[in-house]
Amino acid sequence: MSSTYAVLSEGLEKRFGTVHALRGLDLAVAEGTVCGLLGPNGAGKTTAVRLLTTLLRPDGGSARVAGHDLVREAAAVRSRIGVTGQYASVDGDLTGRENLRLFARLHRVRGPAARADELLERFGLAEAADRRAATYSGGMRRRLDLAASLLRRPDVLFLDEPTTGLDPASRARIWQAVHELKTDGTTVLLTTQYLEEADRLADDIALVDRGRIAHTGSPAGLKALIGSYAEAVVADAEAMPRAAAVLDRLTGREPVSDRERNAVGAVSTDPTLTLPRLVRELDAAGVPLLDASIRPPTLDDVFLRLTGETTDSKELVA
Amino acid sequence: MSMLVPDGLAMTGRQLRRVRNNPGLAVLTQMMPVNLLLFFGYVFGSALAMPGREYRSFLVPGLLVATAAGGLMTGMFQAAQDTHRGVMDRFRTMPVSRAAVPLGQAVADLVVTTAGTVPLLVTGLAVGWRVDGSAAGAVAAVGLLLLFRFACTCAGIWLGLLTRSEEAAGQLGASSFVLPLLSDAYIPTDNLPGWLRTLAEWNPISAVTTALRDLFGNAPVPAGAAWPVAHPVAGSLAWSLALIAVFLPLAVRRYARAE
Repeated sequence: MSSTYAVLSEGLEKRFGTVHALRGLDLAVAEGTVCGLLGPNGAGKTTAVRLLTTLLRPDGGSARVAGHDLVREAAAVRSRIGVTGQYASVDGDLTGRENLRLFARLHRVRGPAARADELLERFGLAEAADRRAATYSGGMRRRLDLAASLLRRPDVLFLDEPTTGLDPASRARIWQAVHELKTDGTTVLLTTQYLEEADRLADDIALVDRGRIAHTGSPAGLKALIGSYAEAVVADAEAMPRAAAVLDRLTGREPVSDRERNAVGAVSTDPTLTLPRLVRELDAAGVPLLDASIRPPTLDDVFLRLTGETTDSKELVA
Repeated sequence: MSMLVPDGLAMTGRQLRRVRNNPGLAVLTQMMPVNLLLFFGYVFGSALAMPGREYRSFLVPGLLVATAAGGLMTGMFQAAQDTHRGVMDRFRTMPVSRAAVPLGQAVADLVVTTAGTVPLLVTGLAVGWRVDGSAAGAVAAVGLLLLFRFACTCAGIWLGLLTRSEEAAGQLGASSFVLPLLSDAYIPTDNLPGWLRTLAEWNPISAVTTALRDLFGNAPVPAGAAWPVAHPVAGSLAWSLALIAVFLPLAVRRYARAE
């Protein structure tokens, strides 16, 4: 069973003093897939990655990474993973080429110099190869970081916020590289603040909240879970209650009014609620309709709703 | 264990390349003792009871050892910098021999230190310092000096891994300049009040300084000193080996520890 999962954790716990950073993290990442780990700041994403890359020792639970036990076979795990992130960095005092040669030697790559040159070429760093990495731009540095993680093709690649602070062109290059890795069969565990990034790259998303996995699913699945947003803009404010009544009937949810725009909207999880039907129903009710839309949710909506929801339920219990 | 040698060599190479890519820092570090020799040698040398040339001969071994003790500062700063900048964590996620990282740093430091003592020795010769002992004694003196440097660097690496922050390491390192002041590196200890003299003579720097002065033939072993200074070669070996025995395993364990 475990061989089909590149990362499999059960009840992973981590405390820092009085802070309970992870409270039983259950994560399963199938081999050859890209999993996006999302969550608000402080949810435990970075702690999870640091644990799974052997930088931290768990206080409870267990995990297997690339088929090896995280604690008892840490050395075997290390020889099968690649790590790129805010904390695992390259050496700014060495040139790009020196960095890659060093890491290639430490990874026991055969022909370290040739392999280093190959990756410099692939990541567009050949021209800057003999400059100190400290002089690189943010995007170049991140590419060098990624190249350093790929010297010995890893089974599992951990990317911790790989494009934070990068310009769109640099971001696109990193995305391209992740696509290629996935095609080659590398499993990728990605944390990001950019939901668009997760939407594009990830096969599956695990939403982390308060040290646990709150939801998992494909981006489409998570979006379906929270539904689309149906909205009507009317000609005058007096018509808003009528529009609200129609939306209430069609969606079964309480509509929200935006008085500044004379807009009424509600969440819809009904796939038969199409735009023509919405327009017909509103028109039949005599609503002076100016504009109508059914907007599929973005991953941002998913994120806000699903992590907000757990906050609410916690407060209700408390 | 079989990975220790290739990994250690790779890590040593890394540290040496860093120095080559950033030579300004190394030059500044090496200018410091040369400046001290000229300032102390001529300012203190004129004020002390000891004649100037004699004082400068006395001072050269003291500065060599004080500089070696600076391994504490250099080791700490480099280890803290690597931790702070995330390079240590990349090594930790790689299948690298756990002892190779601290050892590689300490070995590379020895190479740099050996090269770095040349300007001080040349300046020393220019201001009147001589090797008046045997060649074998001089070689033994250099050996003791490097062993002491290695010991101080090990202690520094452990402290640097502990503090993690470049700023804190810089502050702590800057305050370590008092260590040679509390020894016989710059002044003879015979005129110090009793308790201060005892403290200074139990400072490891004093044992190594006295051993160097004895082996280079610059100054005799002072009478009535505490054991490490009265038996300076044995004292230096004992101090250095004890420091290595304590701090090298601590540094390796600290590096290898997943929190």
